[in-house]
Amino acid sequence: MTASAASPAVACTDLRFAYAGGPVVLDIPSLVIDGGRTVFLHGPSGCGKTTLLGLLAGVLRASAGRVEILGTDLGTLSGARRDEFRATHIGYVFQQFNLIPYLSAFDNIALPCRLDAGRRARLAGTSLDTAVHDVARQLDIHDLLARRATELSVGQQQRVAAARALLAAPELVICDEPTSSLDADRREGFLRLLFESVRRVGATLLFVSHDPSLATLFDEQRSLPSLNRAARRDAA
Amino acid sequence: MPPEAMPLLLALAWRSLRNRPLTTLLTIAAVALSLTLLLGVEQARRGMRESFTGTIRGTDLIVGARGGTTQLLLGSVFGIGSPTGRVPWDVYQRFTAHKAIRWTVPLVIGDSHRGFRVLGTTPSIFEHWRFRSTGRLDFAQGVAMTRDDEVVLGSEVAERLGYALGAKVIVGHGLNAVAGLGDHDAHPFRVVGILRRTFTPLDRALFVTLDGIEAMHGEAGHDDDGDAPHDDDGHGGSSHDEAGHTDGDAAAAAAAPPTMPGAQPPPAMPGASPPPVMPGASAPPAMPGAAPAPAFRFEEEPRALSAFLVGTKTRYETLLLQREINEFEGEPLTAVIPGVTLAELWQTLGTIEGGLRLVGAFTVVIGLLGMLVALYSSLEARRREMAVLRAVGARPATIVSLLVLESGLVTLVGCLVGLALVVGGFALAQGAIESRTGVHIPFRWPGAVEWSYVAATLSAGLLIGLLPAWRAYRSSLADGLSPRL
Repeated sequence: MTASAASPAVACTDLRFAYAGGPVVLDIPSLVIDGGRTVFLHGPSGCGKTTLLGLLAGVLRASAGRVEILGTDLGTLSGARRDEFRATHIGYVFQQFNLIPYLSAFDNIALPCRLDAGRRARLAGTSLDTAVHDVARQLDIHDLLARRATELSVGQQQRVAAARALLAAPELVICDEPTSSLDADRREGFLRLLFESVRRVGATLLFVSHDPSLATLFDEQRSLPSLNRAARRDAA
Repeated sequence: MPPEAMPLLLALAWRSLRNRPLTTLLTIAAVALSLTLLLGVEQARRGMRESFTGTIRGTDLIVGARGGTTQLLLGSVFGIGSPTGRVPWDVYQRFTAHKAIRWTVPLVIGDSHRGFRVLGTTPSIFEHWRFRSTGRLDFAQGVAMTRDDEVVLGSEVAERLGYALGAKVIVGHGLNAVAGLGDHDAHPFRVVGILRRTFTPLDRALFVTLDGIEAMHGEAGHDDDGDAPHDDDGHGGSSHDEAGHTDGDAAAAAAAPPTMPGAQPPPAMPGASPPPVMPGASAPPAMPGAAPAPAFRFEEEPRALSAFLVGTKTRYETLLLQREINEFEGEPLTAVIPGVTLAELWQTLGTIEGGLRLVGAFTVVIGLLGMLVALYSSLEARRREMAVLRAVGARPATIVSLLVLESGLVTLVGCLVGLALVVGGFALAQGAIESRTGVHIPFRWPGAVEWSYVAATLSAGLLIGLLPAWRAYRSSLADGLSPRL
């Protein structure tokens, strides 16, 4: 396990967020996720899951409160530094349409390392080529590397996206409903591969879904509506 | 954007464009064609100027009958139209002896052979004519014509008509030559020389002596003088040939001197005083050896010239002489300095050129606007792509760079294609342009002006690319990782 096990992977304190001119959509007094854990965060559609992930990834900036990722307070970083931080330390998987359509699977997976020197440094001596092939093998998409993103099935695309998120072993992997576009069989297979790979690199996995049936597969479960006071106010 | 990301971004931009091949190709075509137009106008303009300016060097003055300066220049040197009116022989003689004059070359224009201009002149033309900086009229084969049945061919004439030394040439059939109408060969010419290629209108000319012109006009006309009274004054081209030949009949000419094109009255009037409207004067056939002109060994002295070229002793004397000729009271004459008249011509054409350039510039703007539309309308579909890039660590500035690179690449490729089209197009069309218009547009690499157009187009392309980039920047900031599609 890496150093991230010591300090929490995610630590939010009194986090508030509102889109420009809009109401407060997130008001989270505390959210702590320890390093190396697989965490299932569930909540119905529209409860602010994606917004929270945007904050954790440093794409959005908290209106108030602290967001600490791997011990770094994102609020103290400039926009460019946050982008760099994300590229280096965080892997991100979307619900669907994860890939750059005009790139091959290989190039899609290699993208974070090509874009960011920090992430490249995490390859730790392995060549990018080898690293891509290794992670592709783990996720069973080794044969698909030369294909263009648009030639892949949805399930294959999601595995390519997972491979990209895991390449060069980032500490935190965030998945935003990555299985909602897969059918039940594929969902199972995808999760199994994802878990294996995450454990292998010792990353923390934050997995967001509205489907509670997956919850039992994870180390921990959290419910966003119960964390988020803004949602409770809305409900009231 | 970290600098090391540049090659990556270039690769991304390139692949992104290739992912939309049709749009990209059409956009490139729009930019390329519009630039081709802009550059083509410039290239044609400069090429034409170079060609025209280069055609006549070393000649200080061109003298013809009173008339338009441009017409005199174009008609006498470039074979475009004809100089109107004529210069009587005695007037020519008078100026030949002028103390400021170093040399003269007489020109009789108005006949043609199968679409090529026939110049009546003297061998001195080969000595004095210069083209471009120092080019001389050299002989590829043979020698200058000296007798009235000898002809020297411009290189293109020889090449296109397949004439070799010794070939017989029947001048005057013009474009309407028909097999079987060979009855004008009463005075055939023999090819004694072929000039080297000069890339000037002289390549498209046949050179005969003044006597040759005389002889031809005199001896022709045994045949079809029935249609003698042409009053067509089309000196250039075939119409005149026909006229020149049919009018050769002495009786007909004598009968109707004022209206007869090219016809000269019978021998009794050596001064050529009647008011002939046509150059291409002809002496009646029965006048061999009359008034021999020692300089040219005339057997039959031509009554008039279309124009003559003058080399003066000094630049200063050129100006004085020009004035003197223009004010000459014995005969209404016009003397032009080729360079000055060309400059006037360019000035006249300048407005048109400016208009063309403006059209070209607007076309480039339209081409670039087409690119803007294409890029802009693709953005909506690409918001997801931008979000993915953001998720893997791309900064908003990276997104901006990507889009600016895309427009930059399109413009760059468009510019390269446009340049290639212009350079290649002119190289390929050179022959066609020359054979259609008689203007040889020399091959030239794009000059400073053209490059500045290319640079302006490139910068405009990059600037225009900032618009979609700016929008993508705004929406990627607003969208974050979740574009609202």
